[in-house]
Amino acid sequence: MSPQTLPAASDTPILTGAEIVLRALKEQGVDVIFGYPGGAVLPIYDAIYQQNAIRHILVRHEQAAVHAAEGYARSTGKVGCVLVTSGPGATNAVTGLVDALLDSIPIVCLTGQVPTHLIGNDAFQEADTTGITRPATKHNYLVKRIGDLARTVHEAFYVARSGRPGPVVVDLPKDILIGKGPYTEAPKQEHRSYRPQVEPDAGQIRKAVAMLKAAKRPVVYAGGGVINAGPEASALLTKFVRMAGLPCTNTLMGLGAYPASDPQFLGMLGMHGTYEANLAMHGCDVMFNIGARFDDRVTGRLNAFAPNSLKIHADIDPSSINKNVKVEVPVVGDAAAILRAMIAAWEAEPVQQDRGAIASWWRQIDEWRGKKCLGYVQEGKILKPQHAVKRLYELTKESGRETFISTEVGQHQMWAAQYFGFEKPNRWMTSGGLGTMGYGLPAAMGVQVAHPDALCIDIAGEASILMNIQEMATLAQYRLPVKVFILNNQYMGMVRQWQELLHGGRYSESYSAALPDFVKLAESFHGTGMRVEAADDLDRVIREMIAIDGPVIVDCAVDERENVFPMIPSGAAHNEMLLAAGQEGGITGVTDEGKVLV
Amino acid sequence: MSDHNENAQRAATIAVLVENEAGVLARVIGLFSGRGYNIDSLTVAPVDEHGRLSRITIVTTGTEMVIEQIKAQLDRLVPVHKVSDLTLEGPHLSRELALIKVVASGEHRMEALRLADAFRARVVDATTESFVFEMTGSGEKLDAFINLMRPIGLAEVSRTGAVAIVRGTSSLRP
Repeated sequence: MSPQTLPAASDTPILTGAEIVLRALKEQGVDVIFGYPGGAVLPIYDAIYQQNAIRHILVRHEQAAVHAAEGYARSTGKVGCVLVTSGPGATNAVTGLVDALLDSIPIVCLTGQVPTHLIGNDAFQEADTTGITRPATKHNYLVKRIGDLARTVHEAFYVARSGRPGPVVVDLPKDILIGKGPYTEAPKQEHRSYRPQVEPDAGQIRKAVAMLKAAKRPVVYAGGGVINAGPEASALLTKFVRMAGLPCTNTLMGLGAYPASDPQFLGMLGMHGTYEANLAMHGCDVMFNIGARFDDRVTGRLNAFAPNSLKIHADIDPSSINKNVKVEVPVVGDAAAILRAMIAAWEAEPVQQDRGAIASWWRQIDEWRGKKCLGYVQEGKILKPQHAVKRLYELTKESGRETFISTEVGQHQMWAAQYFGFEKPNRWMTSGGLGTMGYGLPAAMGVQVAHPDALCIDIAGEASILMNIQEMATLAQYRLPVKVFILNNQYMGMVRQWQELLHGGRYSESYSAALPDFVKLAESFHGTGMRVEAADDLDRVIREMIAIDGPVIVDCAVDERENVFPMIPSGAAHNEMLLAAGQEGGITGVTDEGKVLV
Repeated sequence: MSDHNENAQRAATIAVLVENEAGVLARVIGLFSGRGYNIDSLTVAPVDEHGRLSRITIVTTGTEMVIEQIKAQLDRLVPVHKVSDLTLEGPHLSRELALIKVVASGEHRMEALRLADAFRARVVDATTESFVFEMTGSGEKLDAFINLMRPIGLAEVSRTGAVAIVRGTSSLRP
């Protein structure tokens, strides 16, 4: 059987495989592809050359292509699109795919493949891409017949964006791209087997509302699922929480789903969450989790997690429910649909809230807030990293510019989450589930492509930034004015923090030796480099950075010894949170069982 | 619920209707190995007239929470149509096929034949020194027969793993 050609009905156009791919992308609303060429995808690059509808951004490493597509997807709500070649092109993309899988980001990644007759022959640049990416994606496809090509690309977009979003790989053998076949439009009918539930069950909504309305110490715990459900879901969450007078905390992935400046916001929860958020979780009698997954960073020790609470868990993915934590009321559906139904049911529910109990719960929360767990002291010349983020937040706000923040992974990421306030969804891109160092710069690049006039800042550490620093060249090529704001403490800070607290201060391999001169590095990549040597330089440099219309690296020398607090040590409960390190600098009482946790 | 109940293990026979497409079995098996679930047995074959649907029968053990997870995880695979926990669905039939080779001579041969007769195992191959028995039944019945053959001269066993179906009129459809 020849996969190259198929007869078609007279009304369906006959195109090359590469043309079919581009036409399907266009029909799916793709306006930009992040990619890197190679032998197996040359036919697609040839087709890209001959059209103008879809822009291609040439990255410098395939991992960065996926992170850029993630930044694009998270800031727009659209599916991010990636194009890489076979073999090393595909394997380099794998980290990005797993990152998107764990954070539920919709991505379609097209990978080249050796021609069908060579598959399995260990051909040049051959890898078993569908085999390798099977556990790295929500779903993947190998197209073996050109007749399946258009349908498969359409289906890939549908699977990526619907239900719980995620990355999808379409592996494209070169003979399929060169061969000719019919183009078919996206099918209108339902998928044969994949049908995620969007509308929640009305009975479960009533149960959830009755439970939450009867609560004396309620808390809302909202995650990235709310953001994935679109900006309307965040607006509905805000409406619901205000209407019901509930305290609300966000996960790392959920920041921006509820406005940070709102008096009912408790801040982020979890390992480096606020005192008030974690104690509210620990002490609540009813918890309403919407779009979060009881991640281990959030729950701490499971058998001590919110011990006396009834739990409602609303999620679009039934497998997230009762996975780590057993809940009383599961609700399956899209976050916006659930919140809409909750608001209607809340108004219809005759039970009245116990106003007195809720007022005293708020008094308790205000007492916890009185701890001012995110307080720090900025004195003298040595810049505190917390202060650097806080001033970055205040000065960007002052500038009035639409601002998007991405981060790398580590201490700076947690400080960004703690000290940068997000009022709206889709403004915050961070690698939450996988914790991928090297995420922030390419993600900011993808955000900037989608929002050319916005202020896109990667809050970085000096170690993480080196993991995808080559993307500075992409910024230069496409004149993307991304700002890289490095909190440079000359250590892999989070590794050093754990070594200090849990491994007796033996700083094994965590010192950032032989760092580059970041100012010269920026200049060599056609950007601007600036340095903050002392605390009183900070505001001036940030203002200058914001004003420059081009890529900038700001290298802030910050206090090397600063640690991220509050901290729930591994294996501890929410109410065993540390607000600062002990006298000796170490944490006592962490068991070996705790130490094995990451 | 007490700790004891939560940690109690149970066996589950799960039927999964899937699109008969490349890689679907790898997805199911990868799910079990990737998430650390047990597979006691797994069988698969196309079951509809067009060969588009396959049915996978998986026998697994785990706590109630793990088995619920297994079902939810299977159900969210894109090519999966239906997941059914036959153990919870009510009365169901479970059958397995085995081919059992016994190499024996003299009195042992007679004993093997007598036991095979008692267990309704069929002789499907015979030489002067060996038999191959074919046997269908529950896993326990097969185990019992195989154990009896051990001292007699059990040489080789090939088993299919369980296939199962619910009793009565209800049926699993895509």
